Amino acid sequence: MYDCIVVGGGHAGCEASHIASILGLKTLLITMNIKNIADMPCNPSIGGTAKGIIVREIDALGGIMGVVADQSHFQIKMLNNGKGPAVRSLRAQADKITYPKIMLETLRKTENLEIIEGMVEDLITINNKVNGVILEDGTKIEGKTVILTTGTYTKGNILIGSKNTPGGPHGEARSNFLSDNLKKLGLTIQRLKTGTPPRIKKSSIDFTKMSEEKGDDKYYTFSHDIEPLYEINNQQKCYLLYTNENTHNIIKDNLDKSAMYGGYVTGVGPRYCPSIEDKIVRFADKERHQLFLEPESLYYDEWYLQGFSTSMPEEVQEKMVHSLKGLENAIITKYAYAIEYDAIDPLEMKASLENKIIENLFTAGQINGTSGYEEAAAQGLIAGINAHHKLKEIEPLILKRNDAYIGVLIDDLVTKGTGEPYRMLTSRAEFRLILRHDNADLRLRNIGYNHGTIDEERYQKLTEKQEKINEIKNILRNNNIQLNEKTKEIFRNNNLEVPTFSTSYYILLKRPEMKIDFIKNFIEINASNDILEEVEIEVKYEGYIAKAYKEAEKMLKLEEKEIPKDIDYKDVLNLASEARQKLEKVRPVTMGQAARISGVNPSDLSILSVYLKKKYNK
Amino acid sequence: MNDTICAISTSLGVGAISIIRVSGEDAIKKVAGLFSGKDLTKVESHTIHYGHIINNNEIIDEVLVSVFKAPKTYTKEDIVEINSHGGIAPTKKVLEILLENGIRLARKGEFTKRAFLNGRLDLCEAESVNALLSSNTDLERKLALNGINGKVSRKIKKVRDIIVELMANIEVNIDFPEYEDALEITLENLPPRLKEIKKELENLLDEAKVGKLISEGIKVAIVGRPNVGKSSILNHLLQENKAIVTDIAGTTRDIVEGELELKGIRLKFIDTAGIRKTEDVVERIGVDKSLEMIKEADLVIHVLNNNEELTNEDKEIQEKIKGKTKITFINKSDLESKIAIKDDYITGNTMSDNGLDNLKNRIIELFDLEKLEQSNLEIVSSTRAINLIKEALKHIDNAINNISDEIPVDMIAIDIKAAWDALGEITGESYQDELLDTLFSKFCLGK
Repeated sequence: MYDCIVVGGGHAGCEASHIASILGLKTLLITMNIKNIADMPCNPSIGGTAKGIIVREIDALGGIMGVVADQSHFQIKMLNNGKGPAVRSLRAQADKITYPKIMLETLRKTENLEIIEGMVEDLITINNKVNGVILEDGTKIEGKTVILTTGTYTKGNILIGSKNTPGGPHGEARSNFLSDNLKKLGLTIQRLKTGTPPRIKKSSIDFTKMSEEKGDDKYYTFSHDIEPLYEINNQQKCYLLYTNENTHNIIKDNLDKSAMYGGYVTGVGPRYCPSIEDKIVRFADKERHQLFLEPESLYYDEWYLQGFSTSMPEEVQEKMVHSLKGLENAIITKYAYAIEYDAIDPLEMKASLENKIIENLFTAGQINGTSGYEEAAAQGLIAGINAHHKLKEIEPLILKRNDAYIGVLIDDLVTKGTGEPYRMLTSRAEFRLILRHDNADLRLRNIGYNHGTIDEERYQKLTEKQEKINEIKNILRNNNIQLNEKTKEIFRNNNLEVPTFSTSYYILLKRPEMKIDFIKNFIEINASNDILEEVEIEVKYEGYIAKAYKEAEKMLKLEEKEIPKDIDYKDVLNLASEARQKLEKVRPVTMGQAARISGVNPSDLSILSVYLKKKYNK
Repeated sequence: MNDTICAISTSLGVGAISIIRVSGEDAIKKVAGLFSGKDLTKVESHTIHYGHIINNNEIIDEVLVSVFKAPKTYTKEDIVEINSHGGIAPTKKVLEILLENGIRLARKGEFTKRAFLNGRLDLCEAESVNALLSSNTDLERKLALNGINGKVSRKIKKVRDIIVELMANIEVNIDFPEYEDALEITLENLPPRLKEIKKELENLLDEAKVGKLISEGIKVAIVGRPNVGKSSILNHLLQENKAIVTDIAGTTRDIVEGELELKGIRLKFIDTAGIRKTEDVVERIGVDKSLEMIKEADLVIHVLNNNEELTNEDKEIQEKIKGKTKITFINKSDLESKIAIKDDYITGNTMSDNGLDNLKNRIIELFDLEKLEQSNLEIVSSTRAINLIKEALKHIDNAINNISDEIPVDMIAIDIKAAWDALGEITGESYQDELLDTLFSKFCLGK
C-alpha cells in the first residue's frame, strides 16, 4: 500500500512525486514510458513572462523545476528588463535531452520514491474515496491518495489535416478509458485542444536571411540556491523571421483542409496560442507575422519554428514552410499537429487541488485545463504537498492571490473554471507589484518552511537575507549625503543632477535616475547583488508597493468573510438565476472568492451578504 | 425562488385596451389554465394569441395574450401579457381572477426590481428607475429614462473602452515583450493618451453639473437689508406660479421655503433667516444670519431698493456675496430712482403682474435653461456616479504626475486600472476577464 500514487511523469507528476516523497510519503510514480519523464513535447523553453516567476516560486517552495532548468539550458534572458521590476521574468532555452535526463536523475535519487512503467485506466474507489489505481492489464495498485497528472494523454487525438490518429504526443499510446471512468464516478469531462508547430532540420536552414536573438550578457538563475552553471559567451542563438504574402495566400487557399477550419476539431483551443491559420483569418489586415527558430537540443539537429503552429495536412505544411525566407529548402523533420484531449472541470476541485467528488483524489496540470510546463509543475507541487497534508490531517497549503502567481493560478481555476487551456499572464495578477521575480523567496520560503518543504539550512539563509536587507535600509535611512566639492564632483562626473540640500541616502535612492551602485561611492554597503537589487526596488517603488499591499488588504478582508459550507443557495431569495447556478457549482469558501466568480454581480453579493447576516449572524 | 407576480401595467380606464402583466416561474402555466384558445404552455416565445379568459365556465373577457419566455424578457423571467378590453370592470375582474389563482399582486416597481436582480439592468440603469419613480418634473423624468435605457451607461462604457484599450496595449507589451506589432507604450507617448481620457472624464463631470441641476434643482437665496421687499418678491414668485409653498425640511440642513418650476428646473428658495416672517423679526435676527445661508446657495439674488440710496449695509452685503453666482435686483422700479450702482443689474417690481419677468429671464439666461430643455439629457446625475468619476479622474491625474517622476509604465498601469475600476463600479461591472478579452481580440498573439 502506497501513501501516494502519481499517475503521469510530466512536469506536474515530477514535482508532485518529488515533494510527496520529500515530505515522507511512500510514493509511486507511474509513467507510460520512463524515457518520457519530464518530456517537453512543445516549446524548448522554461519560463517566460509570468511563467518565469512561477518557476522562482516553485523553487522558493522546495520544488525542482528551477534547479533542473538551471542545469540544462543553453540560453537565458531576463524579459522586460527595460520595464519595472514587477514584470521582469526569466526565460531559458532548455535542452530537450538534458532537462528530462537531469529530472529523471533527480527523481531516482529521491528517497521514498519508486518509478514504474504502466498505463492507468481506472481508479479503485470505496464510497467516493480513492484507494488506488487499476492498470491496463488489470493489475491493481493500492494507494491512500492518487494524483492524476495525465497531461494530453487522456483520450488524446492527434490531428493533421483530415487525419485523426488516437494517441498522445510523439504518436504514443493514449489512455482510452480513464476519462470515461472518471465520468462514471460523477466528474464532468471537457474536451480541449492545443497544438505545436513543425520542426525543421538545422542543416537545411539558411540563417543568413534571419536576424539573431541572443541571450543576456548578465548571469541569472531560476533557483535561489545555486550559482550559474553556464558561460555567457557560450549561449546558443535563436533567430527571428517573418511570414509573407505568399505564406498567407497558401494558407487562405487551403483553409478547408485544416483540421481546425475543416471542422475536424471539437476541442476548444487557447486564444493566446492560435494556430497560424487562426492568425491569418482573425487578423486579415496584418501583412506579416513574427516567427522564431529555436534549437531544441545540442544533441540533435532539430529546430522549433515558434509561431507556426498549424493543423494543415503535410503537403500544405511543406508549401507553407518553404514560402518563408531562409526556409526555401527546409526539411521538415516533424509536422505540426493539433491535439485534442479530455480534461476535468476545474470547478469540481477544491483550492487544495483535491477533487470535490472523490476524496483523496488530486489532479494537476493539463488535466485541470491548464497549459504550459510551469503551470503544470506548480500545481503538481501543491497537489503533492496537499496529498501529504490530507493524510496527516494538516490544513492544506492554499496560496492567496497576493502570495504568489501559483495562488492566482489555482484560485482562477477553482473560481472561474476555464473553457480554454489556461495560461498564466501577468495581467491575471492584480497584485503583480508584490509578486515579483526578485522577492519570490522572501514571499514564500517561510511558507515552505512552515509546511515542511524547506529545510533548516535554506530557511536560515532566508532569515539572513531579510536581516541584511533591513540592515542596509537602516544604513541608508540614517546617513545623509555630505554635499562638499568632492561629492558634487562625483555627481557631475556621472552626469547626475547635484542635490540642492543634504538628504538621507534613502531619499536620494528614490530619485528616478539613482542607482544603489552609485550610492556606494559615498558610503560603504556590503552585500550581494541580489540583496542590493532588492533594497533598491523596495526603496524606489515604496509608494506603489505600499499601495498594492493596501489593495491586497482590502481583498483579504473579503477573504475573511467565510461562507458556511452547508449554505443552500435555494434559500437565498432574489439571487439572479445565473448567479445562483454559478454559486451552487463553485461553492465559494469566502465572500472574496464569490466576488471573483464571473456572473455574480455586486447586487448578488449584497443579497448574499444580507442573507448570511440574517441566517448565520456573520 | 421568485414567486409569480401580476399587475395592471396601463393606466386604468384610460386607453382602449388595458394590459395586465404576469411575471415569474408559473406565469405561463397559470394563465394557460384560465385561457381558452391555444395551449399557451406549448406556444413559441414572443407570440400573441387570441382567446378568452374563462373562470368557472364563465367568459370574463375577450383578450389577446402575449407569451414571452425567459430569458429574453423585461424581467428575464417568463412573462405573459393579457390585453383586455379597456374598461375598468373587465380589467379588474381579470386581475382578481389571477389573484384568486395564487398569483401575487406586484409591489410598486417590482417588475423593474426583478429586471435588475436578474441582471437585465445594470446598477446605473436601476438607479435611474429609482429616480424615475420619484421624479417631480418632466426633465427629471426624461433624465431618468435616458438612464434606464442605458444611454448614460453607454457614455461611461465609451470612456472605459478607451481606457481598456490602452491597458490591453500595456499588458501586451508586458506579457509578450517580443511581439513587435503592438505599439510600445512608453513614458513619452503615454501622456497624450492619458490627457485624452482626462478630458473625457472632465466632460462627463461638466455635464453632470447640469444633471445635478435637473435632479436637485437650484438653491436660491434672496438677500438684502430689511425693507427692500424680499418677502414680497418671494411671495409674488411663488403665488403666481401656483407653486406649493411648503415648510418641509429638505434633505440638506437648510430649510426650503418654497419651490418654483422654471423651464423644468426647480428653484428652491432657502429660508435666509426667516425672510417670510415679519420684517421686525428679520431685523432682530440680523443680516449676518442670512449671510451664513448664502454659502449653501447656487444662486444669490441681492435685492436693493430703487427708491433709496445705496447704504453701507448694502455695500457690506455686496462684499460678502462676491464670487457667488448672483443677480443684483433693483426692486420697486415703479418708484423714483435714487440709487446709483456700478454692477450689472435687473430691475422690476412686485406691483405689476409682469414685474418680475426680467428677473426670471435673467435666471434662465444665467443657467442656460433654454438649452437644457432642448438637450438630449444623456447625463450622469447620481451623486454616487459623480463621485466615482471624480475618483477615476484622481487616478488619471496620479498617473500623469507619476510619469514625470519616471515611474515605469507597468506601474502607471496600476493607476490606469484603478480609474477603470472606479468607472466600472458606476455600472456595477468591473472584472478582469474583460481586459483579457480585449487583449486577445486586439492583438494577434501566439506560439
